[in-house]
Amino acid sequence: MTSALGKDLLALEPLTPEQIRLILDTAEPFKEISERAIKKVPALRGKTIVNLFFESSTRTRISFEFAEKRLSADTVNVASVGSSVQKGETLVDTARNLEAMRIDMVVIRHGASGAARFLADRIESNVINAGDGTHEHPTQGLLDILTLRDHFGDLAGRRICIVGDVLHSRVARSNIWGLKKLGAEVAVCGPKSLLPWGIDEFGVKVFKRVEEAIEWAEALNVLRLQLERMQAGYIPSLREYNRVFGITHERLDRAPRDILILHPGPMNRGVEIDSDVADGPHSVILNQVTNGVAVRMAVLYLLAGGRPELAESAKASAPGAER
Amino acid sequence: MTEARDILLSGGRVIDPSAGRDETTDVLLRDGKVEAIGRSLGAPEGAEVLDCSGLLVSPGFIDVHCHLREPGREDVETVATGARAAAAGGFTAVCAMPNTEPVTDNQAAVGFIIRQGLRAAAARVYPIGAISVGQRGEALAEFGEMVGAGAVAVSDDGKPVVSAHLMRTALEYAQAFDIPVIDHCEEPTLAKGGSMNEGMMSARLGLRGIPAEAEEIMVIRDILLARRTGGHVHLAHMSTAGSVELIRWGKERGINVTAEVTPHHLTLTEAAVGGFDTSAKMNPPLRTEADVEALREALRDGTIDLVATDHAPHHYDAKEREFADAPFGIVGLETALALVVTELVEKGIIDFPTLVDRMSTRPAKLFHLEGGSLAQGSTADVTVFDPAREWVVDPSKFLSKGRNTPYAGDQLRGRAVYTIVGGRVVFRLEE
Repeated sequence: MTSALGKDLLALEPLTPEQIRLILDTAEPFKEISERAIKKVPALRGKTIVNLFFESSTRTRISFEFAEKRLSADTVNVASVGSSVQKGETLVDTARNLEAMRIDMVVIRHGASGAARFLADRIESNVINAGDGTHEHPTQGLLDILTLRDHFGDLAGRRICIVGDVLHSRVARSNIWGLKKLGAEVAVCGPKSLLPWGIDEFGVKVFKRVEEAIEWAEALNVLRLQLERMQAGYIPSLREYNRVFGITHERLDRAPRDILILHPGPMNRGVEIDSDVADGPHSVILNQVTNGVAVRMAVLYLLAGGRPELAESAKASAPGAER
Repeated sequence: MTEARDILLSGGRVIDPSAGRDETTDVLLRDGKVEAIGRSLGAPEGAEVLDCSGLLVSPGFIDVHCHLREPGREDVETVATGARAAAAGGFTAVCAMPNTEPVTDNQAAVGFIIRQGLRAAAARVYPIGAISVGQRGEALAEFGEMVGAGAVAVSDDGKPVVSAHLMRTALEYAQAFDIPVIDHCEEPTLAKGGSMNEGMMSARLGLRGIPAEAEEIMVIRDILLARRTGGHVHLAHMSTAGSVELIRWGKERGINVTAEVTPHHLTLTEAAVGGFDTSAKMNPPLRTEADVEALREALRDGTIDLVATDHAPHHYDAKEREFADAPFGIVGLETALALVVTELVEKGIIDFPTLVDRMSTRPAKLFHLEGGSLAQGSTADVTVFDPAREWVVDPSKFLSKGRNTPYAGDQLRGRAVYTIVGGRVVFRLEE
């Protein structure tokens, strides 16, 4: 049967606002499960899920694995660092082998943009994109949006700026599409050398200076700056990056309002974000991590054909649901 | 080889831009030459009469840019399969790029391609020699000996000539042999790691882009070097509106620059890459609507001289992979004519005499090849095609070994019916 989301979750760009709201609304009852003593409901009992990670990941992989286990799915982790090319087996062969094992779902993280779509086009199992190259990371986008919604309620008209290496960020793309679909005003800010050419055609504001972004925004989603960007000549040094684009409390103190701080992690403290900001009163970075499990449970549940209106009772039917 | 029979091409619309001819008439071919053109030529005894009513008869098409992969990748294409695919597409001659394994950078290698072409006995195959030894961009290859063995041009195609000094030297040295120097215009530091056009689509897909300027910087460099040296630079597979402007600038100043455009850059945009479709991955990449418009206009007004396919066959599973890792290029020999007919002639951008000029007359003239004319006494290389024939692109029916095309399943109009090389019919459309 086709779920309310279709077969796969590959990106936020093609989703409707209703589909995004459905995932967020479905995540709400699942949040509570993680607060229980026995964190398990039988919603996906008997389903088999492969977590196929071609890139190293701690947070996303563990978050998916907890989401799967809390829904009682049977899971297998395949970690294969390095591209499929280096590994020798092609992605299409990997896909065929998975298909032959009659699995129900695949969660894929891959270094090549489009890899999740490539897999989804070739197998019948549901595919969830856990980050493909510099394309999209839809569950990260959803958990960021859920965290913003927890704080602001309706996101329509809210001003959210994504700061940093947008060029190489799959998180940024998923955030931009998802937030815009819910009516938020979205801006990006970073050195021009780290913004994609054509970014203004996404319908976002572009700030050249981080001070302008802070002046404007109600929330900042601060992207990780990878050391390789300096080696590849996009910026001169991490030190200068922190001085010019870093989110510091000195800069935030000059803002006309309190600004909510998000970061998809892992953080480079002292580079894109200072520790006192990351650990400060307006940081919701750990709420993001908590919400990540609930959002992924919602996505798994919906793709498996779970009816959204039953999400509440799905958790109630948990064995030993009393706390 | 058996003696070629006389052939009477009867009652077709004969288009020969070299003579300003466009009329319904007969053409008689004898002893590998055009014997006569005129109404109601009687068929000599023993002649084969080909009824060409409703068909167009033109000097044979010439593709100055294809990759036949032999020697080195005979699993992907050979001179013979490429020459047969060319004939099926209405081409009577093709020029084979030298990025073979080993590189076609010496007279022996050129001689090998010539011999394989003769054995294929389909479309003529003219080798293009490398500009630099091993296409390494360092030392000049032996142009003189390669031309002596049959090379008709030089190019490091597949790779840009990075060194401006090498390009300058090639443009100077080539003048002794009266051959064009072909450049694949791509500034490597800007294009590095790119797999599609840099723009809104690459930003969306998170794929590294190749900006238009990567091409245009080399286009203007080459034009300026042609001005400095007086050499003939031929710019391969132009893809941007900016390149068109620069070529126009050069031509207005009398600089010896010529250029080609592929059928795919005339008919597709970066939108074709939207679903990470590797069959639309090529280099230079598919660009924007505005670029396609500029290229069509440039072909119409002659700023871009000719259509060339950049036929680039790959093994059937080579493109079945992640977009960034997939190879560039598509096959083109068997779809070129129909794409130009369907997308340019039928849409009123160019007429049939212009099509013949850009696909036959000009390639022959600029590359100093026989053919390109139906004047009495000229070589009997003739393409007879049906401008209205509808067909659906089915890669499994290609004579090329390559199946990689973004046009699979498309309904097109225009198809070669007879391809005649040196007075011999090397292709007849079945059915």
